[in-house]
Amino acid sequence: MSIAKESTMITQLPKRAPAILLLLAIYVSLPLILGTSYWLQVSIYAGVAAIGAIGLNLLTGNTGQVSLGHPFFLGAGAYTAGVLGQDWGLPLWLWLPGAGIVGFALGALTGPFALRLRGHYLVMVTFALVFIGLHIFSNWSTVTGGVAGRGIAAPVAVGPLDFANLPGLSRDQGYFWLVWGAVAISGLLVKNIVSSRAGRALMAVRDRETTAEFVGIDVARTKITAFAISSAIAAIAGSLYGAYVQYVSPVEWHLLLGIQYIAMIIVGGIGLVSGSILGAILITLLPHMMREVAGLLPFVSVNPTDTGIITVFALNQILFGALIVFFLIVAPGGLVRSASRVKGLIYRPLAANKKGEN
Amino acid sequence: MIDFIRLLVAGLSLGSVYALIALGFVMVYKATGILNFAQGGLLMLGAYLAQYFINGVGLTFWFALPVAMLVTGLVAMLLQRLVFDRLLSHPAFTVIMATWAVLIVLEQVPPTLFGYDFLTMNDPFGLNIVDLGAVPVFTIDLWTMAFAGIAVGSLAVFFFGTRIGLAMRATASDPEAAIAQGIDPRLIHATAWFIAGALACIAGVMLGGGSRLVSPELSQIALRAIPAVILGGLASPIGAVVGGLLIGIAEVLTATWAPSMVPWMGKNLHLVMPYFLLVGFLMLRPQGLFGKAASGRV
Repeated sequence: MSIAKESTMITQLPKRAPAILLLLAIYVSLPLILGTSYWLQVSIYAGVAAIGAIGLNLLTGNTGQVSLGHPFFLGAGAYTAGVLGQDWGLPLWLWLPGAGIVGFALGALTGPFALRLRGHYLVMVTFALVFIGLHIFSNWSTVTGGVAGRGIAAPVAVGPLDFANLPGLSRDQGYFWLVWGAVAISGLLVKNIVSSRAGRALMAVRDRETTAEFVGIDVARTKITAFAISSAIAAIAGSLYGAYVQYVSPVEWHLLLGIQYIAMIIVGGIGLVSGSILGAILITLLPHMMREVAGLLPFVSVNPTDTGIITVFALNQILFGALIVFFLIVAPGGLVRSASRVKGLIYRPLAANKKGEN
Repeated sequence: MIDFIRLLVAGLSLGSVYALIALGFVMVYKATGILNFAQGGLLMLGAYLAQYFINGVGLTFWFALPVAMLVTGLVAMLLQRLVFDRLLSHPAFTVIMATWAVLIVLEQVPPTLFGYDFLTMNDPFGLNIVDLGAVPVFTIDLWTMAFAGIAVGSLAVFFFGTRIGLAMRATASDPEAAIAQGIDPRLIHATAWFIAGALACIAGVMLGGGSRLVSPELSQIALRAIPAVILGGLASPIGAVVGGLLIGIAEVLTATWAPSMVPWMGKNLHLVMPYFLLVGFLMLRPQGLFGKAASGRV
């Protein structure tokens, strides 16, 4: 299936040109349209989430290793941006890959646990990793600023091009292009890995570990590599997030964040780069959209003084949980696969009719 | 020495709570194969319900507790019917994520019904202290251990003395053979979830009672019982109890000794101690203290 997919990817390139052009147009114009709107910030958060989700999907979707430990690697990336970008004063082209290298190394250290443990037990270890990570982040004050957190003033200039200070444009607009550019690069990177020999090895390990071993795949190396790459991408997402918000504290790297990332890939589509991006956008937008809608609903209290029967936070969480259950039961393939199924339902009868006419 | 005994009692009390949570976890795992991370949500719900029956309805503690256990158990059964029965043939990943989703929803229910303020349980134990010989201990700590003992004893009677208990053991050892003998798996699942809910409720009441308060944080405390399950072995009820007690003692001793003995390990080491133990055990003995090593065939 993968070989066929790879060849169609190349042959379909001209066919895909309109879609690519459309995405490029959105990429260039969205920050200009949104201007100083609050939704521009939200779309930057969505971009950060998309990078993280792309990394997690490579590990969980393509290699079958379920990890709740994503917040640990995101956090490690943010603090690396703080140390390299602010404390050491390194430029973007050094601190960003630096965060990736730190993430890669931490992922490679976690990898061996994945070798010994499968399924339930791997979930348990990555679950524990989040809390151990929180402990480290709360106590290693020289690097992380302890429980109070630390400021991150990492420069985002590439040569003369400073994304935080583009001539005539706002900081948010520059960051949008920077972050979504990184989404495109990590997406292409993962897509290339998945449709290569290495990617087929990942999927073989996911589907039939023993068989994979028999056909000559080094299962141990494959799993550790998947962990390392996934964590490197997560750390890059974390470093961009830290540089953008300029201040991070340990509470941000909590278990719920790891569950949110898994929710993104479930909602978008397990094992698909497009699914990771779509899921990340949806899960990031959800609470912000809810806030807008909540103002219109009389039973929801947005401010502590309101008299609604449910707070907007509680409603958000309940909707978030319900959304996960809904996708797991009704559309386990995620949005992208459901969309293509719906498209098939519409187009196939049309095509059949045409055949009938001829 | 007196200090040590006091710590031991506090550790055993906390450990009893972990044991109750872990037992519920093991019940559901043995009957349905589900790793139920939503146990903390049930615990929190149980504590809030008991608090409501005492302060809102005006029941006495000894009447409010069984009523709250019944309601929490029924909620757990409802969850099984609405969500988890539909996911039985799904991959483990799907089911685990569903339990997280249910936890996220459950956590929001009590604050929405009863508010975000911390509430007092108004239980009969309060801040009372008993002198054990020369060692003063909290009354609630002794009661917590007693409740855990009663729960473990009743479960033993249930599993080894009743037909449905036998049916549950049969289902745990060979689900298909059990079905062939006419045992309805849905009844088994419902019973397991009910027990898990009732146990979570006792744990929640004891965690929120005495000198402590009923708050949304209760569900976080329940997560620290998960290492207890790994310590004892995922499918071992005895293991859950022993693992729970060990984790409880380890946590209390770490809280007391770590700040002076290993200050470089950072503040609040006791809160991550269970997770360090979890990782250590998974590396050295993944099947737990009482589990059998898994063997697979190609």
